[in-house]
Amino acid sequence: MERVECIVVGGGLAGLSAAYGLAEAGVEVMVLERGDYSGAKNVTGGRLYLKPIRGIYPELWDEAPFERPVARELVTMMAEGAHTTVEIASDRFTAGAPQSYTVLRARLDQWLAEKVMEKGAMVVPNMKVDELLRQDGRVIGIRAGEDEIGADVVVVAEGVLRLLSSAAGLATQPKARHHALGYKEVIELPPGVIEDRWHLNPGEGAAQLFMGECTKGMMGGAFLYTNRESISLGIVVGMEDMRRRRDGTESWQLLDEFKELPQIRPLVAGGTVAEYSAHAIPEGGISQVPRLAGDGYLVAGDAAGFCLNALVTVRGMDFAVAAGHLAAEAIKRAKAAGDFSAAGLASYEASLRSSFVLRDLETARTIPSFMENPRLFTHYPRAVARLLESVYTVDERPQDGLVKKAWKSVRRDFLNVATVKDAWSARRI
Amino acid sequence: MPMKIDAKLGLDVFKLDKEPHIVIDTEVCNTVCTDDACLYVCPADLYERDDQGRMTVNWEGCLECGTCLICCDPRALSWKYPGGPYGVQYRMS
Repeated sequence: MERVECIVVGGGLAGLSAAYGLAEAGVEVMVLERGDYSGAKNVTGGRLYLKPIRGIYPELWDEAPFERPVARELVTMMAEGAHTTVEIASDRFTAGAPQSYTVLRARLDQWLAEKVMEKGAMVVPNMKVDELLRQDGRVIGIRAGEDEIGADVVVVAEGVLRLLSSAAGLATQPKARHHALGYKEVIELPPGVIEDRWHLNPGEGAAQLFMGECTKGMMGGAFLYTNRESISLGIVVGMEDMRRRRDGTESWQLLDEFKELPQIRPLVAGGTVAEYSAHAIPEGGISQVPRLAGDGYLVAGDAAGFCLNALVTVRGMDFAVAAGHLAAEAIKRAKAAGDFSAAGLASYEASLRSSFVLRDLETARTIPSFMENPRLFTHYPRAVARLLESVYTVDERPQDGLVKKAWKSVRRDFLNVATVKDAWSARRI
Repeated sequence: MPMKIDAKLGLDVFKLDKEPHIVIDTEVCNTVCTDDACLYVCPADLYERDDQGRMTVNWEGCLECGTCLICCDPRALSWKYPGGPYGVQYRMS
């Protein structure tokens, strides 16, 4: 059997980040990527929070092919026929080193793969791993078709579906309750049109999230990220809610119906759809993180459940890069000690626990169960949109004063047993 | 008029495998399954029942998201990633 020191299964951000750190330290590393190139099988909504990871491989990021630094954050609450958008523009989002960028994965991951190869790692495309090879409980390598390759350690960065790790008994199979479907269109628009539509200075970007009617009461929402010459417009919807729904609603129709809304139509007008993509998203939070290291292997990225939907901020790619880096550090220590057992690789989990990856996931521990409350996706967005609609409404009748108008709405929609209960359960968010 | 789902899939680059990477155990669909989730969770709308009532999948247009696999409680699907150079190849996403 052919052998290398380290095999990385999956050439996405987690796997490439691990390989970069390892190759830099002179570890012999081979990345196996099933797509034509890194990024060929990846989908993002669209935004990478760079700030948390800027200090990791600091030489890399200045030349990364990001789309736009996000200067404007918008959240839109939808009632039937009425939307309320809150817009947050801050110098601090972009001053000096911008905190986040919109990205397209085929571009970003291909670029990172090239950087990894420049460091001396092998990145092999079109190589689908079929099995993690195990001997006496230890992961000893991989099988891809007829080929078997042995390794001191395997970094399992296979992505959200965990096909290999669950088949090897290292993780459980993904469950609908802990996952969402995300899908989107990439819609081409000229840069000037994008900047006009979202009130952006040249080169700057916007991120817009939508809650309410767009998912018809199911957990999730719509998202819109402005790229350089396109927008990514899509839907995220909880799989459990979608599966239970039996009224003929099909997942793919949600985006079409959203695009047809009179409030949304002007945002996409004149655009040309250029790509349609979909991916599963781990949304189970820290309770669904599998064992992170064992004899001969480490797990990183979506395969480790490192994804955090905190309603207004959605993170995963920064976790992937950080976890890949920490995996590389742990492997370097294991190599120095000549011990690739679970004990020899234990520093991986310890360093994740002291890093923002597991700390932020721990802080957000209660969010996944909080998000099972359907009122979050129905009642509240609708109530906010209706409240503001009411105070902006003028008709032929004598009008209530502003405060009285607002108070009527607040009393009707926000002061009842259910909302008080929700406020109580939200205190730890 | 919204764009048809087939037209959207037509924008994507697919490299066709010789063998399907999704195989349905129709016996399970017809005896165990009660919700036919695959029919409405798939974002590419690939599942349908044929004239004889058997569940079928147009696997050639699969976006490899795995939603059908995760949502199929009765485990009627044998679902692998397409091998080697095959399947969807995103140019942007």
